Amino acid sequence: MAEIRVEQLHKSFGDFAAVKDSNFVVESGDFFVLLGPSGCGKTTTLRMIAGLELPTSGRILLGGNDVTFKRAAERDIAFVFQLFALYPHMNVRKNIAFSLKCQGMPQKEINRRVEEAARILRIEHILDKSVTGLSGGDRQRVALGRAIVREPMCFLMDEPLGALDSEFRHLMCSELRGLHDRLKATTVYVTHDQLEAMSMADKIAIMNRGEVEQFGPPQEIYARPASMFVADFIGSPPMNFLHFHAGIPRGSGEALLGDAVVEMPVLQEDVAPRDLALGVRPEHIAFDDNSPLRGAVYGSEYLGTTQIVTVNTQFGQIKARTKSTGEVRPGENVGLRFASSRLSLFDKQSGRAVRSALFDGAAHG
Amino acid sequence: MSGASTAHSVVEPSATSKRIAAFLVILYAVVTMVPLAWIFATAWKTPPDSISYPPKIVFDPSLEGYCNLFTTRTRQTDEYIESLGPPQGACEEVTRKREMVIAGPSNYIPRFINSLIIAFGSTFLAVSLGVFAAYAFSRFKIPLKDDLLFFILSTRMMPPIAVAIPIYLMYREVGLSDSALGMVLLYTAVNVSLAVWLLKGFIDEIPREYEEAAMIDGYTRLQAFFKVVLPQAATGIAATSIFCLIFAWNEYAFAVLLTSGQAQTAPPFIPTIIGEGGMDWPAVGAGTTLFLIPVVVFTVLLRKHLLRGITFGAVRK
Ligand SMILES: Nc1ncnc2c1ncn2[C@@H]1O[C@H](COP(=O)(O)OP(=O)(O)O)[C@@H](O)[C@H]1O
Ligand SMILES: [Mg+2]
Repeated sequence: MAEIRVEQLHKSFGDFAAVKDSNFVVESGDFFVLLGPSGCGKTTTLRMIAGLELPTSGRILLGGNDVTFKRAAERDIAFVFQLFALYPHMNVRKNIAFSLKCQGMPQKEINRRVEEAARILRIEHILDKSVTGLSGGDRQRVALGRAIVREPMCFLMDEPLGALDSEFRHLMCSELRGLHDRLKATTVYVTHDQLEAMSMADKIAIMNRGEVEQFGPPQEIYARPASMFVADFIGSPPMNFLHFHAGIPRGSGEALLGDAVVEMPVLQEDVAPRDLALGVRPEHIAFDDNSPLRGAVYGSEYLGTTQIVTVNTQFGQIKARTKSTGEVRPGENVGLRFASSRLSLFDKQSGRAVRSALFDGAAHG
Repeated sequence: MSGASTAHSVVEPSATSKRIAAFLVILYAVVTMVPLAWIFATAWKTPPDSISYPPKIVFDPSLEGYCNLFTTRTRQTDEYIESLGPPQGACEEVTRKREMVIAGPSNYIPRFINSLIIAFGSTFLAVSLGVFAAYAFSRFKIPLKDDLLFFILSTRMMPPIAVAIPIYLMYREVGLSDSALGMVLLYTAVNVSLAVWLLKGFIDEIPREYEEAAMIDGYTRLQAFFKVVLPQAATGIAATSIFCLIFAWNEYAFAVLLTSGQAQTAPPFIPTIIGEGGMDWPAVGAGTTLFLIPVVVFTVLLRKHLLRGITFGAVRK
C-alpha cells in the first residue's frame, strides 16, 4: 500500500499538451477515480504514473519515493489495460502466473497465489482454458487476477469496464469496489462514465483538456462544483444554468434575474458587471405559483417515483426533478423556487465558480 | 435466412457461378500441374521412353532415372562385365543392361546438402535480422525512419542480378567465391529487405499493450519481446520464412555465377546431368522431383500459420 502524489505533471506530444500541470494525491488505500471526457488526458496521466510514458515536467511520488524517471518494472504497480491485453498464446493460469514467473518465485508459491486469486475472482473453473474463447466478463476477471496475484503497491486501471455491456458493467462496478474493500490496495481508476465514478470513488479528480478541474470526494464535487464544466459533467440530468448579466458586491446573497430576486449563498468576492450563470441541480427546484420567476412547461419524463420536467425560462431551458404526483401539462405557466443555500454562481467567461458561503466547511475550495 | 431454396441469396453465389468458378479453378490447376506431372513421370521412365515420340503416357516404370541421378557410371566391355559377379541390387542391374558399371556416387547429394545449408541458413539469418529491425521500426522513434524504410525497400527495386558483376568481382577479391558463407550472406542481403517490410506489417498489428503489460510485470524489453511479441508474430514469421526460403532455394543466376565447386547448390547442378551421359532426362526428372520436397515439406509444416499469414494480417484477431 502506498500513497501516490502527482505534482505539476505535464506532458506534451510535440506542440500538443495532453496533460497540463496536474496535481493530485491518492491516499494510501484509497479508491481514486480519474474522470473526464474522452481525449482529456486520463490515459496519458495513468501511463506516466505507471512508467510507460515519461513526463515532460513534474514529479511522481510513490510511497514517498520519487519514481518520475524510473522504469515501469521498478515501480511495483499493476496495470489493467483498457482491452485487457491478455496474452493470447497462454491459457488463463499462465496469464495470471506470468508476472510471478519473472520474479523467480518457486512453483509451489506461484500455484498457491494463482489459485488464491482465482478463488477471490471466482474463476477457478476456467484456469486451464485458453483466453481467446472467454466472455468479456471472464476476460475482465483474468485481467484483474493478473494484477492481484502480484500484491503490488497499487493498482492502475484504464477504463477496465469500457469493453463490457452496460448491464454487466453495473455488476462489475460493485464487484470491483468489493474487491477493493477486501484488498485495501491503493487504486487509480480511469473512466469517462460519471455514474461509475460516483458510485465507486473515495476521491475523484475531474480532468478537462489536460487539466485537473476539481479534486475531491464525490459528494463534494456534486454539491460544490468548482467550474461549469464539472457541474455539467456530473449528475444526470446535469446542473441547470440560468444565464444573466449582473454585477454583485461581496456580502450580497441575492441575484436579480429579470424582475425576480433569487436568494443564494452569500458571495465572498466582488463580481464586476459581467455574464454570469446561476447553477441549480434539478432536485433543488420546486414549483411555486407565487414565485415571480416564471417559465413554460415544455415536457416531462416520467421515471416512477420522480419525474423530470423541462421548463423554458427567459434565462434558458432547465430541467427539474420533482415528485411524480404533481401533474404538469405542456405549455402550462409555472413559478420556480430554488433551494437557496445550494445554488452555485459561475463566471461564464472563465467558467470558474464564484466564492461564496456554499464553499464554507468544504475541504477544498 | 432459411437459405437453400431462396432464389437470390445476397451472400451465397448462385449454382451456375459456382460451377463456372470450379471449372476455372480446375482448369488452372490442370494447366499448372501438367509440367509437374510430366517431370514426375519422366523420372520413372527409361531414357529411350523419355524421348520417344509420340510421348508415352503408359510405360513400364524403371529405377534408371534415380540410379543415374545418384551415381556416375563408366562404359565397359561385355567380357569385363561378365567377369564380375552377379549384380548387387537393382541399380547395378539396370546399369549393366546399358553395358556400364557404377563408378561411384554422383555429386547430387553434396549439392543438395549445400542447397539445404545455404537456403535454410540465409532464411534463418534474414528472418532473425528482419524481426529485430521490424520491431525497432515498429516501436521506436527512429530519426529518418520513413527514409530508412524506403531505402531498405529500394534495394529490391532492381533485380538483384543487375549487380552480379560487382558482386562477382567483390567476392573473388575477399575470397567468398564458391563458399557456403558467401551464398548465405548474399541471399540474406537480398531477403532481409523483404523480411523487414513483411514483418513490420505483422508487428505493427500486435498491440503495444502486450509488451507494456509484460514490462510492468517486471520483464525487460528484450524478455518481453521474446516471451510476448515473438509468439504472437509466429504467423508473420512463418509466412516471411517461406517467402525467403523459396527465393533462396530456387535462386539460379547467382548460384551459377558464384558457385562451381564445393559450394555449388542443386539448381546449377541439375542441368549438368544432361551433359554427362547424353540426354539423361529421367535423371533430371528425378533430381527435380527430389529438389521440390524440402520446400513442400516446410510449407506443409507451416501451413497452419501460412493461411492466416498470407493475407498480411488482414484477418488477425
Ligand atoms: N503517443 C501520442 N502521441 C500524440 N498524441 C497523443 C499520444 N497519446 C495521446 N495523445 C493525445 O493526447 C490526448 C489525450 O489522450 P488520452 O490520454 O489517451 O485521453 P483519454 O484517455 O482521456 O481519452 C489525445 O488528444 C490524444 O490524441
Ligand atoms: Mg483513454
